[in-house]
Amino acid sequence: MNIPTRTGAAGQPLPLIDGIEKVTGQAIYTADMDGRDALTGRILRSPVSHGRIVNIDTSKALALDGVMAIVTGDDCALTYGVIPIAMNEYPMARDIVRYRGEPLAAVAARDAATAERALELIEVQIEELPAYYTPSDSRAPDAVQLHENKPGNLEREVHHSFGDITAGFAEADLIREEVFDCAEINHAQLEPHAALADYDVERDRLTLHTVSQVPFYVHLTLARCLDMDSSQIRVVKPFVGGGFGARTETLNFEIIVALLARKVGAKVMMRLTREESFVTHRGRPQTKVSLKIGLTKTGQITAVDCEVVMAGGAYAGYGLVTILYAGALLHGIYTVPNVKYDGYRVYTNTPPCGAMRGHGTVDVRHAFECILDRMARDLGLDPFAVRRANLLEAPMFTANGLMINSYGLGECLDKVRAASGWDTRKGNMPAGRGLGMACSHYVSGAAKPVHWTGEPHAVVSMKLDFDGSVTVLTGASDIGQGSTTIVAIAAAEILSIDMARIRVVTNDSVITPKDNGSYSSRVTFMVGNAAIEAAKALREKLVNAAAKKLEVAPDDIECEGETFFVAGATQSVLTFQEVAIAALAEEGTITVKGTFSTPIKAQGGGHRGGAVGSTMGFSYAAQVVEVEVDADTGQIQVHKVWAALDCGFAINPLAVEGQIEGSVWMGLGQGLCEETHYEDGLPSHANFLDYRFPTIAESPDIDVQIVETIDPLGPFGAKEAGEGALSGFPPALVNAVADAAGLDANFLPMTPDRVLAALIKLRKAARKAKRNKEALI
Amino acid sequence: MKRIVALTLNGRATEDAIAGNTLLIDYLRDTHGLTGAKKGCDGGECGACTVLVDGRPRLSCITLAASCEGTKVETIEGQAKAGRLSALQRAFHENLGTQCGFCTPGMILSATSLLRTNPDPDTDEIKTALGGNLCRCTGYVKIIQSVKAAAKAGENP
Repeated sequence: MNIPTRTGAAGQPLPLIDGIEKVTGQAIYTADMDGRDALTGRILRSPVSHGRIVNIDTSKALALDGVMAIVTGDDCALTYGVIPIAMNEYPMARDIVRYRGEPLAAVAARDAATAERALELIEVQIEELPAYYTPSDSRAPDAVQLHENKPGNLEREVHHSFGDITAGFAEADLIREEVFDCAEINHAQLEPHAALADYDVERDRLTLHTVSQVPFYVHLTLARCLDMDSSQIRVVKPFVGGGFGARTETLNFEIIVALLARKVGAKVMMRLTREESFVTHRGRPQTKVSLKIGLTKTGQITAVDCEVVMAGGAYAGYGLVTILYAGALLHGIYTVPNVKYDGYRVYTNTPPCGAMRGHGTVDVRHAFECILDRMARDLGLDPFAVRRANLLEAPMFTANGLMINSYGLGECLDKVRAASGWDTRKGNMPAGRGLGMACSHYVSGAAKPVHWTGEPHAVVSMKLDFDGSVTVLTGASDIGQGSTTIVAIAAAEILSIDMARIRVVTNDSVITPKDNGSYSSRVTFMVGNAAIEAAKALREKLVNAAAKKLEVAPDDIECEGETFFVAGATQSVLTFQEVAIAALAEEGTITVKGTFSTPIKAQGGGHRGGAVGSTMGFSYAAQVVEVEVDADTGQIQVHKVWAALDCGFAINPLAVEGQIEGSVWMGLGQGLCEETHYEDGLPSHANFLDYRFPTIAESPDIDVQIVETIDPLGPFGAKEAGEGALSGFPPALVNAVADAAGLDANFLPMTPDRVLAALIKLRKAARKAKRNKEALI
Repeated sequence: MKRIVALTLNGRATEDAIAGNTLLIDYLRDTHGLTGAKKGCDGGECGACTVLVDGRPRLSCITLAASCEGTKVETIEGQAKAGRLSALQRAFHENLGTQCGFCTPGMILSATSLLRTNPDPDTDEIKTALGGNLCRCTGYVKIIQSVKAAAKAGENP
């Protein structure tokens, strides 16, 4: 249990401790680093979706004045990939290219224009092979195999069954089965990819500055692909302009720029264009969800049967985790005793998909919440009542072995119901307007990481020195979510000191402890707990020093603000500085560390793939969406969103609000307008005009409420806050459209063209039904 | 062929020899080290490169530096006065109008231009003024709150 008495910083809304840099332009992102002495790196990309490389001739390009080095697939014969058992990608294609835009070669030149010209001079001969852009084409019996060891172009299939669905469906009073089609989307983080590699030839050392969310993956991958001792590599993460999962895997350009730097023996800056950042991808796959749910007439779920097919793109990446998540998080939000899940991750000749905010779970939750709403309607039940009929009771373990210690979904439901005026407004809206709701959840960090080494999940170091300052060292990657601030708050809270006394140093592999990275909403939970442990260790040293100085037992010392005193006594108050000096007199500069490891029981069920979805605590969210549907254009306007999220405890309520608003809004983008398009494999969405995410003009007000359930394992009781609310938005939107326009839509995004076509179909069907009825009379 | 371009940059007169095809963003970033203006897209889509030219928001990634001859150019680096944040910078910081921070310089400069002409904008006016500045983190809720907080603070932006 990590719920010490709270004294100050934790629970207060605080601006980000690195916010000043951001509002003044002083924040240095990778592309902002001084590249005056660096060469410019550029990547040559495949013009075809699938083909055999016959020849790549770089001689003319190499002869161009100002071209310093060229690398191709020949320069790296080692595969990489985020999942140790599924590394099937080369930084630059060798023998076969599998998607349009896949790197073939790269140039380091004295300037961008020369590099660009050199790319044009590289002669590439590729013998085209048939390309497949949909899972059904990839899985066709006569389809060419994209990867040697993957028959049927199936990257991974998952078959899980818990309880007895036959018996479960037999108990049901109502069964509904539907198929949902959700488009592929991209993170579109505002900062394009960039990396700066510096190779020290004399020492055989490599330094890479990059945009990573998980710098240690990059570090290990560089060691592997460059065949270097990892101790000779340094990876630094400067400010990062958003991630959302795009940067949880090592990306090809990070390896390519390092290969270039080594080959040329110098510094190479690689700044990808927006188009290239889109092509690098790793977004949420196009997903088809076939879902069947059984309910009793009071709304209790008796059985769930779900099949998911994902178009994963050309390489494995995170794919097997994505397809496992999709099934695992059918559990953990409602009581679902009988569940069958069949998942198929299929290779296609498109840029590889990967992890994106709400990894693997969003499209399945979408289908689930839409069907639940329609069944509530069929049964004459209120949508809130159907959810309430299936609430869990914590603590418990789900049918697939997921641990749940705190559960605030009921409170979330109550809060958004009241705030939205649901009881009085639902069913009484003007024509074309409607209300919809949905629930969602997400993990607070994976209890078992993909790189399983047995070491603690998080380590935080702290240093107290002669100047009385506390330096916190963490490898946690702040990508805008505010993790650096959380670490500082945790330290200030436990040490009972002013935030101003604390500096946080982050993400430099030669200075900061390894961190597993910013993914699966793990940082607040794991790094927060490690920071608390480190601060406790430091506090113990301070208390001991104060006790010695005041000649009492350590147990008699109390701290308040930056003072130490004997409990009950009014005199003999020591300042922080005095105690710090006394503590340093014992041992000199004090360094301590704190760690966090996940309990075995949190690590999921024993079945194959059972670790995916396992976590120390789930966040829970409910939301209500109010929409207006224009029946003539199919345009949907979202007027307002009411969202509530159980984050356990809001260590920084300002940041929690920001995370909830941001994740609801990202769900809005997926719900309303975001999707990728490929024309013969060529991305036609790869810019911010064609990849449409909402501007400020279309973005509604979001009313946020925080529910605190104080999770017994969370830092101060906290759980995650940055992903859980996302997956509730698309279904709440679709449910609101059903309320407003009578349309049950089974597609995402709800673009005007699709909505209008569906409305026209609906009207035609209604007219035909009316004619048939009249004919009968 | 280079030419001499003279302009006022963050209140200081500058004169530089630059190529005719140099973009304003590259001039600011490469010649003056003012990296607050960001490249978020491949040209004119995201607003992260927004600077003020004679007080009006301009996309520096699709503006030729030479076309700014004789103008007053303001970047995010020039907004704090004697180290003190401007009202908008303070409001974005305190209200979490910034998360990852990449859109923030452009966002603040667009808002600066708005508040100079309209010191008390309503939500729709803020939305119109910031419609060309994309943000992927905040959902814009706290950006609107930040602009309103700065307007309420009432200092000259």
